[in-house]
Amino acid sequence: MTIELRPDRKGPPPAPVRSGPRRAWRARLARLDLRGAPYAFISPFYLVFLVFGAFPLGYTLWVSLHDWELASGTRKFVGLDNYDYLLTDADFWHATVNTLGIFVVATVPQLLLALLAANALNRRMRMPTLFRIGMVAPLVTSTAAVAIVFTQMFDRDWGMVNWALGLAGIDPIAWTTSRGWSWVAIATMVDWRWTGYNALIYLAAMQAIPKDLYEAAAIDGASRIRQFWQITVPMLRPTILFTVIISTIGGLQLFTEPVLFSVGTPNKMDGGPMHQFQTITMYMYDNAFGHDRYGYGATVAWALFLMIIVFSLLNFLAVRRAGGTR
Amino acid sequence: MTTLLAGRTARHPARHPGRFRGLWNASPLTYLTLVAALALSVFPIYWMIIVATRTNSVVADVPPPLLPGGQGADNVGRLFDNPEAYFAKGLLNSAIASAAVTVSTVFFASLAGFAFAKLRFRGRNALLLTIVATMMIPVQMGIIPLYMIMVKLGWQNHLQAVIVPFLVTGFGVFMMRQYADQAIPDELIEAARVDGCSTFGVYWRVVLPALRPAAGVLGLFTFMQTWNEFMWPLAVLSPDNPTVQLSINNLANAYFKDYTLMFAGTSVAILPLLVVFIVFGRQIIGGIMEGAVKA
Repeated sequence: MTIELRPDRKGPPPAPVRSGPRRAWRARLARLDLRGAPYAFISPFYLVFLVFGAFPLGYTLWVSLHDWELASGTRKFVGLDNYDYLLTDADFWHATVNTLGIFVVATVPQLLLALLAANALNRRMRMPTLFRIGMVAPLVTSTAAVAIVFTQMFDRDWGMVNWALGLAGIDPIAWTTSRGWSWVAIATMVDWRWTGYNALIYLAAMQAIPKDLYEAAAIDGASRIRQFWQITVPMLRPTILFTVIISTIGGLQLFTEPVLFSVGTPNKMDGGPMHQFQTITMYMYDNAFGHDRYGYGATVAWALFLMIIVFSLLNFLAVRRAGGTR
Repeated sequence: MTTLLAGRTARHPARHPGRFRGLWNASPLTYLTLVAALALSVFPIYWMIIVATRTNSVVADVPPPLLPGGQGADNVGRLFDNPEAYFAKGLLNSAIASAAVTVSTVFFASLAGFAFAKLRFRGRNALLLTIVATMMIPVQMGIIPLYMIMVKLGWQNHLQAVIVPFLVTGFGVFMMRQYADQAIPDELIEAARVDGCSTFGVYWRVVLPALRPAAGVLGLFTFMQTWNEFMWPLAVLSPDNPTVQLSINNLANAYFKDYTLMFAGTSVAILPLLVVFIVFGRQIIGGIMEGAVKA
């Protein structure tokens, strides 16, 4: 990239001698430009954020204190009643267990596989770009498209997954009706999409580890596996933390995959006839947009938001501790 | 984030030729692992194309066919004729929304990023901190009041509802700031000022061209993300005025599962992303890998 050191001047050539007041006007304009331009440049972001980001978040809290329906026009202040109800709402806690279950089933293997893949990519090899591009190919598909394709592949009678399992002598699995297996199926969609992304992030961090460390370890007789666990993984701790938090934020808001997995039930927000894979976000969406209970939907939204913060912190502490002495 | 130039990290070892042997050679087992990973990555996309180019008996075939058939054009034709999918409209809506959000995000984010990196003003650091804080807030959380705002504005079921709230993001501003901070020498800006540029003139003629690599990566990711958006369009748009993701959702909702039709839909829906990926694959990889350095 070359940088033009002298920007081309498209404006008029320097004006001849100017009269006094005109020059003063220009000077004032220039000062205004210098003072005001920075604020003018950053204001679009704040405008958009205040109206469509900060205000909605705060307003969610306000709505959550109401019995609020859009269709009927009901709008009654009920204080903390919605939160009271939430604490004993079996459906909410059922959805919470589902969300956390899918999150764990998805994230643990995902990050482990990503570490292994990154370790494999971090070699001198032929066609490194091909393998890297292949790793993130899933990322450029759309979530909804992937969910549709995987839902077909996980079909109990006609799906390719059960066919392949059948070759290995395993009986067909009812992926959509069993609670645990539905979590596995949804987690597979998530992992298929995001493992390569995390692998590239790990790879970037691995490339920053000084090679001398490995050389010293090799001289001391440490095997490659030992080097991986004792040098690579500890050095990656900040990066692992980053991916864990990103996965937490994304995982707790899981929505598209389970919605499209709900083939065959009249209400796609149910997450199956027994709500076996209904996530918190689906429950929130269903309350607000499905049943016109915007107040309670907002309560669920806030509960989810708090949960994201708490789990991010917990993961932060857990990963830090797991790192050992440092 | 040091630099966003794709491939930089890949070239890095060459700068220390003496130490290059520190990187192990890939063993056959490594290649085997990577080839398996590659196959798993690509197979569902390939399967999508197989089904999209065959007749509906494909899903019942044992063993499943492994080559595309000849029905692709026919299926795509049925897709655009399907009265429930509104597929052409969905494609058009997605194209408009994604393009508008991308252009606007790149423009406003680079403008603000430039201000934060290179201009002096009161409250700069505090304001930058608020930007970083906003990056933590998931926009989806405010979806209920956001919908209420749209009702008030009369924007439900109008395309601007999926464009305007996303015109610029904190992530974009922060990313452009980090890049501008180290990619643009202060002398360059001074020189432009001496030449008589206004502050916007400096941005337009000097800064924006210099920010091109980072702006490109931000644009790619913004486009992909907007194209992919599902929950918010589902909430605010109706099935007869969909984005392309809602179009394929319409097909998936049909009582009779016409898989070749659905898969033709998903194939066309990811086509623009695949094109973007094939053309800009290296930049995308560079963007992801540099993004890690950011954190």
